[in-house]
Amino acid sequence: MDTLLNNLDVFVDGFTLTLQVFLWSALFALFLGTIVGAMRVSPVGPMRWVGTGYVNLVRNTPLTLLMFFFAFGYPKLDLPNVSYTTLAIFALGLYTATYVAETLRAGINTVPLGQAEAARAIGLTFGQSMSHILMPQAFRAVIPPMMSVFIALLKNTTVAAGFSVAEAGYIRASLSERGEPAIVVLLWVALFFILLVAVLSFVQRMLENRLKVLR
Amino acid sequence: MEPSDSSPATSNITVRRGEPLVVVKNINKHYGELHVLKNINAVVNRGEVVVVIGPSGSGKSTLCRAINRLETIDDGVITIDGVKLPEEGKALAHLRADVGMVFQAFNLFAHKSVLDNVTLGPIKVRGLSRADAEKKAMALLERVGVSNQAKKMPAQLSGGQQQRVAIARALAMDPKVILLDEPTSALDPEMINEVLEVMVDLANEGMTMIVVTHEMGFARKAADRVIFMAEGEIVEETSPEEFFTNPQSARAQDFLSKILDH
Repeated sequence: MDTLLNNLDVFVDGFTLTLQVFLWSALFALFLGTIVGAMRVSPVGPMRWVGTGYVNLVRNTPLTLLMFFFAFGYPKLDLPNVSYTTLAIFALGLYTATYVAETLRAGINTVPLGQAEAARAIGLTFGQSMSHILMPQAFRAVIPPMMSVFIALLKNTTVAAGFSVAEAGYIRASLSERGEPAIVVLLWVALFFILLVAVLSFVQRMLENRLKVLR
Repeated sequence: MEPSDSSPATSNITVRRGEPLVVVKNINKHYGELHVLKNINAVVNRGEVVVVIGPSGSGKSTLCRAINRLETIDDGVITIDGVKLPEEGKALAHLRADVGMVFQAFNLFAHKSVLDNVTLGPIKVRGLSRADAEKKAMALLERVGVSNQAKKMPAQLSGGQQQRVAIARALAMDPKVILLDEPTSALDPEMINEVLEVMVDLANEGMTMIVVTHEMGFARKAADRVIFMAEGEIVEETSPEEFFTNPQSARAQDFLSKILDH
C-alpha cells in the first residue's frame, strides 16, 4: 500500500495519460474503422480494394513495428513537429481501426439482406442505407466483440511506454528510479488495468441491454 | 423516349386505363446455366392492377424485383414512366423512390419504431420536415389500421400488422407504382385477409400495382389482368375472369387444377 500512496502522483499521471491515449485512439479507430468497414462492403471495386489493402497491410504489422515507424520514421520526414504521445495515438488508432473495420464487417454480414433491399427500395443511396440502416444494426450486433477490440486497445497503450510516452506502462520505470520494488508496482498497475477493463465491461453490458435489436 | 418505344410489345390487352407506366422489353436473365427470365415483354398502364401468377421457380418474383433493379438483368430494357432504369447510383436511388416495394418477409427496419420506419424515406429522400413526415405517416398508418402501434418496434407486431406497416412505408413515398412480391405468403392464414383488404382498397383507389401472389381471391376481386408465368416465360396474359374460367395453355390448366382443387 505504501508503494501506491507514496507515489500517488506517478500513478495518477501515468493512468491519466493512459486514459487520454486510449480515448483519443479509440475515437480515431472508431471513426476510421467505420469508414474502412463500409469501404470493404462497398459496391465500388476500387473502394473495396483500398479497404482490403489497408486492413491486410496494417493488421499484419506488429504494433511495436508500427510504433517504431511513427516514433523514429515520422521525425525524419520534413513534417510539423508532433509529440510522441500524438504519434502513439496515431499508431494505435491506425492499428485498432483495422480490427474495428473487420468486426463491423462481420456485423454488417449479420444484418439480413432484406434490410438493405428495403432501404434501397425506398430510394436511400448506398451511403444513406449504410448510415441509417446497416451500420446501426451492425454496431448493435457486434457490441461484445467490439468491446474486446477496445479492451485490447486499452492494454496496447502500454506499448507506447517503450517510446517515451509516460503512460501507465511507464510507471514501473519511473518508480524503479525511486527505489520501489518492481513487482509490487507492477501488481498495482495490473490491478488498475483490471478495474478499467471492468468499467468497459460494464459499459458493454449497458449498451447491449439498451440497444438490443428485436427480431 | 419516343412514344412508340413504350408501346406494348406482346400484350394483347386492349382495355387501358392510362398510358404505359412500366414497360418491360425483351428482358433476359440467367443464374449461371439457369435461364430464369426468357425474353419477357410486358406493359403495365397507369392505374392498372396486374397479378403475376405461376408455379415456384417460374421467375415471377425475379421479374418483380427486376423492375426496381433489386435483380439485374442480362439484356433488354425496363422503363418506368418513360425513364430507362439507370445503373447503380444516385439516379437509381431517385427512381426507386417512385417505385414502392412490399416484400414477402416484410423487411421493416428492425431497429426503428413503426413510425420511424414510415417517416425515414419521406425525411431522407423527399426532404420533408419531421413534423410533416409524422403527420403523413400517422394518416397512412391510420389508413392501414395500425396507427395505435406507431410507437412499437416491428418485432412486437404480428405478421399481418408488420406487412400493413410495410405497405404504409411504401405509400409514404407517393410511389407511381407499387410492387408486391408475395405479400401474404409468409403470413398465418388468419392474417392474410387483413393485408388483402388493404391491397384491395389500394387497387380501388387507382394505385398502379404489380402483385406476385397465390391469392386467387385477390386476383379475382381486384386485378385488371393476370400474367401467368412458367419456366421463365409469360405463358398467358388475360383478364382474371378469362384466366380462371377458360385458361388456354396446358400449363395454366395444370397449375389451376392443382391450386383450385382444394
